[in-house]
Amino acid sequence: MKNRITDYIIEKIIFLCGIIAIVFVILIFGFLLKEGFAFFKEYGLFSFIFGKYWYPSSNPASYGVFSLIIGSLLVTLGATLIAVPLGVATALFISELAPKGIRDILKSIVELMAAIPSVVLGFVGMVTLVPLVRSVLDIPTGLTAFSGSIVLGFMALPTIVSISEDAIRSVPWQYKEGAYALGATKWQTIRRIVLRAAMPGIIAAVMLGIGRVIGETMAVLMVTGNATAIPTSIFDPVRTLTATIAAEMGETVRGGLHYRALFAIGLVLFSITFMINFIADLFLNKNTKKR
Amino acid sequence: MNFNLSPNLSQKIAYTLLAMATIIVIVPVLTVIVIIIKNGWSVLSWEFLTTMPTDGMRAGGILPAIIGTLAIVSCAICITLPVGVCAAIYLNEYAKDNLLTRIIKLAIVNLAGIPSVVYGLFGLGIFVMLLGFGVSIIAGALTLSIMELPVIITTAQGALKSVPYQFREASWSLGVSKWQTIRRVVLPNALPGIMTGAILSISRISGETAPILFTAAAFYVPHLPQSLFDQVMALPYHLYIISTQIPNMPKNIIFATALVLLLMVLSMSLIAIIARLYFRKIRKW
Repeated sequence: MKNRITDYIIEKIIFLCGIIAIVFVILIFGFLLKEGFAFFKEYGLFSFIFGKYWYPSSNPASYGVFSLIIGSLLVTLGATLIAVPLGVATALFISELAPKGIRDILKSIVELMAAIPSVVLGFVGMVTLVPLVRSVLDIPTGLTAFSGSIVLGFMALPTIVSISEDAIRSVPWQYKEGAYALGATKWQTIRRIVLRAAMPGIIAAVMLGIGRVIGETMAVLMVTGNATAIPTSIFDPVRTLTATIAAEMGETVRGGLHYRALFAIGLVLFSITFMINFIADLFLNKNTKKR
Repeated sequence: MNFNLSPNLSQKIAYTLLAMATIIVIVPVLTVIVIIIKNGWSVLSWEFLTTMPTDGMRAGGILPAIIGTLAIVSCAICITLPVGVCAAIYLNEYAKDNLLTRIIKLAIVNLAGIPSVVYGLFGLGIFVMLLGFGVSIIAGALTLSIMELPVIITTAQGALKSVPYQFREASWSLGVSKWQTIRRVVLPNALPGIMTGAILSISRISGETAPILFTAAAFYVPHLPQSLFDQVMALPYHLYIISTQIPNMPKNIIFATALVLLLMVLSMSLIAIIARLYFRKIRKW
């Protein structure tokens, strides 16, 4: 009898832990919403989203998030353009072409890359890449959206490579045999059959990579120059949504308008990444259901 | 390709491009590691690891930052591991294929995708302000533990799933209850996988900066932490401030700090990888 009671209690505890993920998602969203709404009420949703200037310390302060969104999009776009072709090509090389011994080494190196903390990459980018960008392109500062794109592109690579590689490897071998039987070369098979069959998984990989790039904070804070003006080209300094929160939260008055404005930015980030992950999840499910 | 290349030639070109892309991906990783080791190695010493920083952090060691990170991370893993494993047990052993389970899975995916700086905001709002813990080890640890929860749940679930179903059936047929079966049969067999996941998580959260930025980390504390409610210095945050906020900071000290952080993170990843290979070898099924 005593056993049955402990079993019952333990199973209830396990159930509570099971639903805790839901609780936290709701708590986080609710909290951002609460602080964000308090801010919108005081400052206005429209002037927040479409306001061009983010000058929290001027008088009167202005909290236009538009330039920060542009900054985030610019860096993300650059990083995606770098990471997607390189990542998919590497995934193809690892899963289809590399000899078995090399394959494991390459996979470990990609895993190694995912393990390097972003603040370390930010620092190395600051002392090597930033001066290089400045001298090669002959621009006044190397702290630009371009440098940020390169660093972030490399941070997105492990995600893109490993998830695409899974998708490519899970293409049934019968597909390939069929193509070979028709006289296709190995490359024709990869390009026309394997890539196409693995496409949902590759799209999911790209989405998750983009999600990682948008949310990345420390490296981007250290190499993009933190200028809150709207950039005119990718070689201008920019500031992203994440970097703004990280750079300014320390100097705000807790509970003040500036503090709440940063929570409103958090709400914007939460919504963007929520959508991206939702879409990625749809594609991942599509990939597994087909088999 | 519309211009007439023979299939063999286009295959050769494509293979070369793929190999080049792989080289472009691999070389920077190794370069980053080599640069840090080369520049940081000369400063690295027992003294550097075990003394307090001096001269506005421009000299001396990084002991308080190491201690602070160890304190935050060990606290965080103690909180997140039991909760995450229980959640994985629920999902793998108890949950039926219904709406609730689907919502839980969606929640886990989205929790994993929330940017780390947003966790920092949440931790600041809930633990530092609302619950009144202040900027402290415990507030930072709680923030990190929520952030790491989806990873722990996913890896633990994988470990539970790899235990053959027959093990459970054999136990049930002996009249053992469901929970006793999980405790005596399933969990011991899943333990290696769970521990490997836990070590990887420790490695990952040791390097996180954004979540502890406003919840635990301090610019400089002249003494070692006394309680869970103390502010602490932390290694990743220390690296951030000495590389951006302190003028005339000697470069080799920054590199050495980066090297310590890197060694900490990579050695744990390495232990996890080796453990995974070892347990796979000795597995009984």
